[in-house]
Amino acid sequence: MGRGRAAGGALSAAGAGGGGSRAEPGRSDPPASPRSMAGLGGGPAAFGRCTHAVVRALPESLCRQALRSTAGPEVDFARAEREHQLYVGVLRGKLGLQVLELPADESLPDCVFVEDAAVVCEETALLTRPGAPSRRKEVEAMKRVLESLNLNMVEMVDENATLDGGDVLFTGREFFVGLSKRTNQRGAEILADTFKDYAVSTVPVHDSLHLKSFCSMAGPNLIAIGSSEAAQKALKTMQQMSDHRYDKLTVPDDAAANCIYLNIPSKGHVLLHRAPEEYPESAKVFEKLKDHMLIPIANTELEKVDGALTCCSVLINKTSEL
Amino acid sequence: MTTEVGSETEVKKDAEQVGPDKAKGKPEEASETPGNDKSRKASSEETQDSPVPAPTSPSSPSSQKKEKDSSESKGISRFLPPWLKKQKSYTLAEPKDESKKRATGEEQVAEESESHPSEGMAQPKRSLETVAENNAKADDKEEKHSVSSAETQPAKEDGKEMEVEKVTEEKEEKEKRETKEVQTAESIPQKPPKKIKTVQCKVVLLDGTEYSCDLEKKAKGQILFDKVCEHLNLLEKDYFGLLFYENSDQKNWLDSSKEIKRQIRSLPWLFTFNVKFYPPDPSQLTEDITRYFLCLQLRQDIASGRLPCSFVTHALLGSYTLQAEMGDHDPDEHRSDYISDFQFAPNQTQEMEEKVAELHKTHRGLTPAQADSQFLENAKRLSMYGVDLHHAKDSEGVDIMLGVCANGLLIYKDRLRINRFAWPKILKISYKRSNFYIKVRPAELEQFESTIGFKLPNHRAAKRLWKVCVEHHTFFRLLSPEQPPKSKFLTLGSKFRYSGRTQAQTRQASNLIDRPAPYFERSSSKRVSRSLDGAPMSISDQSLLRDFRTRGQPGGDKIIDLAAAGEAELKEGGREDDGSPLKTPQLELIQDGKKKGDHIFQVKTLPGKEKQWTAMPSIAGTKPEETDKKHASRAEGPCTEVSNADKSSHETLDIVEEKKQAEVGIEETLVIDETNKGKIQVATDAGETCKVEHLPKKDSSSLPSDSSSSSSSESEDEEVGEYQPHHRAVEEVIREEQEEEEDVKRKEHEEKIQHVEATLEVSQLTVPAECTQVAAEDLVQENATAIPTEEKNLSEEIKQDLGEEKEEEQLKLNGDVSHVDTDVSPQIICCSEPPVVKTEMVTISDATQRTEISTKEVPIVQTETKTITYESPQFDGSAGGGAGVLLSAQTITSESISTTTTTHITKMVKGGVSETRIEKRIVITGDADIDHDEALAQAIKEAKEQHPDMSVTRVVVHKETELAEEDED
Repeated sequence: MGRGRAAGGALSAAGAGGGGSRAEPGRSDPPASPRSMAGLGGGPAAFGRCTHAVVRALPESLCRQALRSTAGPEVDFARAEREHQLYVGVLRGKLGLQVLELPADESLPDCVFVEDAAVVCEETALLTRPGAPSRRKEVEAMKRVLESLNLNMVEMVDENATLDGGDVLFTGREFFVGLSKRTNQRGAEILADTFKDYAVSTVPVHDSLHLKSFCSMAGPNLIAIGSSEAAQKALKTMQQMSDHRYDKLTVPDDAAANCIYLNIPSKGHVLLHRAPEEYPESAKVFEKLKDHMLIPIANTELEKVDGALTCCSVLINKTSEL
Repeated sequence: MTTEVGSETEVKKDAEQVGPDKAKGKPEEASETPGNDKSRKASSEETQDSPVPAPTSPSSPSSQKKEKDSSESKGISRFLPPWLKKQKSYTLAEPKDESKKRATGEEQVAEESESHPSEGMAQPKRSLETVAENNAKADDKEEKHSVSSAETQPAKEDGKEMEVEKVTEEKEEKEKRETKEVQTAESIPQKPPKKIKTVQCKVVLLDGTEYSCDLEKKAKGQILFDKVCEHLNLLEKDYFGLLFYENSDQKNWLDSSKEIKRQIRSLPWLFTFNVKFYPPDPSQLTEDITRYFLCLQLRQDIASGRLPCSFVTHALLGSYTLQAEMGDHDPDEHRSDYISDFQFAPNQTQEMEEKVAELHKTHRGLTPAQADSQFLENAKRLSMYGVDLHHAKDSEGVDIMLGVCANGLLIYKDRLRINRFAWPKILKISYKRSNFYIKVRPAELEQFESTIGFKLPNHRAAKRLWKVCVEHHTFFRLLSPEQPPKSKFLTLGSKFRYSGRTQAQTRQASNLIDRPAPYFERSSSKRVSRSLDGAPMSISDQSLLRDFRTRGQPGGDKIIDLAAAGEAELKEGGREDDGSPLKTPQLELIQDGKKKGDHIFQVKTLPGKEKQWTAMPSIAGTKPEETDKKHASRAEGPCTEVSNADKSSHETLDIVEEKKQAEVGIEETLVIDETNKGKIQVATDAGETCKVEHLPKKDSSSLPSDSSSSSSSESEDEEVGEYQPHHRAVEEVIREEQEEEEDVKRKEHEEKIQHVEATLEVSQLTVPAECTQVAAEDLVQENATAIPTEEKNLSEEIKQDLGEEKEEEQLKLNGDVSHVDTDVSPQIICCSEPPVVKTEMVTISDATQRTEISTKEVPIVQTETKTITYESPQFDGSAGGGAGVLLSAQTITSESISTTTTTHITKMVKGGVSETRIEKRIVITGDADIDHDEALAQAIKEAKEQHPDMSVTRVVVHKETELAEEDED
């Protein structure tokens, strides 16, 4: 578990480490003005900040009815629940986030994967139109909970658009949207319209369910990436598209490349990653991140139905209560 | 002399530099017969006494001769022995005008000046060219001459004296250059010095106010720009520029180095002061006033929708605007509606205004300068900050947007970024007709450069985009403040260069700013929304976005197509090449540690041409395709040429401008820039591989077909040379990496590495070899060929690569270039005359002398013939030896405003000796803006400078003169 923790370590991106301070004007320093609003997220320095998390309990129907890309062993519901509870417990207890937990809906076997239902960036939330028709209703509960947080809400109403949150990688500087079976061009366009401040680049995703099935952010400037051909190729695409140079953290297992990075004021860099029991080789790679507080989390059951760590929460950084 | 002249004269005079400057360019003059002095005198008298109708059409040579401007003929005759000069009589078109001028002296009547542009435009082509040449050469060192001729209106006697002087000077110059004039049957009217004409000029400033001033009609853009900056008290002015609009939303940047009049043509003298280069980090600007103007620009951009922002950002930026312009929020003074007067967003809502007001309160204490800084710090992070968008279509006709920014070129479809080409990745930018091309470096796993084409709405749009790219690249990428950045862009045929300072230079200059912060008044940004360009731009942009969504093109989404069809082809190619001894892992040579993107964009032709293209991928297959990925370490290990990798150190960018015209062709073959050698060269066994430049029209299949003898490569070259602009569809494909065959590939890769080494040895043994060339040109054009004779070994090449940037920077500017004066005038001899009359062969140099064939030494024989060939004695021998093994072949076609350059590079191995031959063919077409001689000279000079170790073995000049319509734009 938690190894060394340090703020503003070697992994911090350029410009990071300044705390939440707004960009500095270089020549004339303004008097500190309260950071009342996230202008462009306050820059990369604010990446990973998080105050709230939305999660959802898993329905029993998940075991048999959840969508899955490959047939395999049935989900052990009890174990899945335990793992999920641990996951939520870390967010709430260990990291001190305000966790909003939605009740399970048996008619929505995939509803535990809340990430796909909404993309939240700063004060704006885009309610998606999931690519799987059976999941569209998941958005309703998400909408309610996000409304309660007083976010700017954008709904994807275009019937030609599909977007799963799992295909959206926000790096703090820009968005990458995987064009997959679940997410189409139109969905990406709407995302671009919603988050106009940021470049939105598309990344073809062929061999896996989502873009984030093999990658995620492991730090403010650090992309965790799997080793598969598809993952590496996608990474190169992203690197080409970006004006920014990201560091990469290559892990042997694609599934392990999906981790959760948080920047918790009292704890610095926090990384939730797959447990060594599941992916020992990848865990070793994560363990080299000396500046991160590392929290291994097992996800063996939900993985059977294509669930990854990021899938199970929507992270929100509420900077104002307006 | 001092006689007053018709409209032609005036036009000429408008160009600041007259006679002498243009002299070198005017072959027609040469054709005049001796006895000029007499005729000149006679003509001047003639003109004074008996006015003659305005200039006649160029098609009547005889009458034209008469009309030639004496000063111009002088200029041209500079290159001729005095006895050769012949002075023409000229006609007087507007005798009244003349008398008026005399009466008024230097002053020019405004109306008169007004009338000139149209006159100029309406004039026969020749007169236009005259002016253009004057213009083009305005910067030349000969400016001194022009002073006398253009600026003043000397008495007759003085005029005569001056002319004499000029003649002698011309003689000297001629000797210096060892050039000869080839005369055509034409002459140019002589124009006497004129008075200053002024015109009123209006500039809309960023705060919405208008600045007006009177300008000399022939003033260059710089004059006006400086005036405006002075008016604004702006020192860091290099980030800014002046715009003029044709139509409502076609904005053009006023070129500082050129006459305003020539640029705006018949448009009104109305300009908009705008930010041209958005500094990526505004905090590095030195002065607050500069930041202020940048803020004003951004507020315009935001309010007009050109710079999209989220709601939150609109509100935040708006609040800083308020703070900057109104100071601290004052509850008493600032009631709820105080913001409604400002426009913060295209669609401003009550909610937004409330948010703005709320945020405004939080900025208490910020000074205006601080608020501006905060504004900029937030605005600069917007993804579209500083992105200059251009509408285009991809190869499939899908609407896309090309965004030029500090870092490179961005490709958008709808709002999505679908690709990006950083400047270091772009090797060449060109345009042809309405097509815009970029040639990009091979990606990590790629061996060949690829060229990607985009279709712009029209030729002018393509040219505009090209220019913007040239300027942005120069400004942001060229950092060396000591060297003139322009030299970076000296490429064959291209007249256009960014003439300002680079960002690095302007920063350096800014450091020297030593003045108290100037006081300036911040105007309300209310006005911003009303400024000239805001509204229309946003409207058009939005409509275009809408259009994008409704595009009806089939297959529209396929811009980036992973898993290409080409993949299979690649694999096949790879197998074919197995075991071929000379396979070279091109990739290794170019491995770029820094470069991470591996998108490989394959240019594909239209369906009909696909066969040609299939040849290409098979070639590509010869190199290790997937070296990287998991095996990054492997890729680095064997790669001894890693030094090559640091692309940024030798970033090069050829920018070629093209304007194709029908009339006169000069074809020139020159040594090509070897910058890319490391990448370009592919060592393979016979015919297996070639470097193929992916210009769709070219028949690339001929390349792989076999060891190309020189003649075969020539023919290919020709094909390209004859390339006609055609609608070209380009498909970009991100080549998918092959997973299945990775192991196989790896093996191949290793083999190839060995091959590389072998190749290296060979190269080291290389003796400066003979050049081979078979002149297969059947085009009737001027053709100059420079053949590199030496094959450098790889390490040398690498060094060159690394050092290349420096070399380029050391290139001299146009004005310093020595000129080869050949007769290239697009002018009229006789329509019935066959374009090619005669051919003369001249040996200019000894091929073994690899380096120093200065253009000065090139003897140019005056002749009436239209084809001149210079070649080295070696030529024949090497031509015979053409049976070597073709290592690589590359053909590049690039075009500029006046020239079409086709470059063909072949590498051959013959019995352990390798040779590289570079052949450039440049077609210089007649055009008002062009100085053919200079273009040719420039091209030759550049080629020499780029390849100091190569020698020019052959120069063939074809001249084709005929009357033709100008097809410009």
